[in-house]
Amino acid sequence: MEARFQPGDQVQVRKADVPGHLRTPWYIRGHRGEVERICGYFANPEELAFNRHGLPKRALYRVRFRQSEVWPDYAGPAADTIEIEIYEHWLEKA
Amino acid sequence: MRSHHDMGGEPAGPVEKTEHDYAPWEKRVDALMVLLSDRERSLLRVDELRKNIEAIGPDAYDKMTYYERWITSITSTLLQRGAISSDELARKLADVERREKAGLL
Repeated sequence: MEARFQPGDQVQVRKADVPGHLRTPWYIRGHRGEVERICGYFANPEELAFNRHGLPKRALYRVRFRQSEVWPDYAGPAADTIEIEIYEHWLEKA
Repeated sequence: MRSHHDMGGEPAGPVEKTEHDYAPWEKRVDALMVLLSDRERSLLRVDELRKNIEAIGPDAYDKMTYYERWITSITSTLLQRGAISSDELARKLADVERREKAGLL
């Protein structure tokens, strides 16, 4: 299995607004971040939620975002980050 | 549109830091979840549990406690899987209510 992204790659979270069981929080959709690591490959939980097999497995990434990019009114240090685990199909090359 | 359960970043009150004991029924709900999702039975996946918690209407979601959401979701999943029927559930609930009123529980 080959991961589409590598640590250090700049990515953007897809801004999808669809029904279903979604594992990507609303607040992070549309934001840009950097791949911190590849966490592994897992059956797609968005399919498992409907009792389907969820295969092929999807790469799961830990993506690092700048807090100040995520929250327009963020008052903390500029270097603060937030990390979120996001499946490959939610990410695009930034 | 943001789903009701997906509340990250929304205004919220302080985190309640007090510990509390679980009521016996809450422990039973937990046990039910473990038994239903084991390899042999495989009647429920944790992803389905999550999906059906997310399907609870916003008002009910806010009023329910943690394990009330779980048992609601477990029930929905078993209905969807065809493991139980609404009719069976209704009759069983009526039966339990009758026994409770008769002081037999």
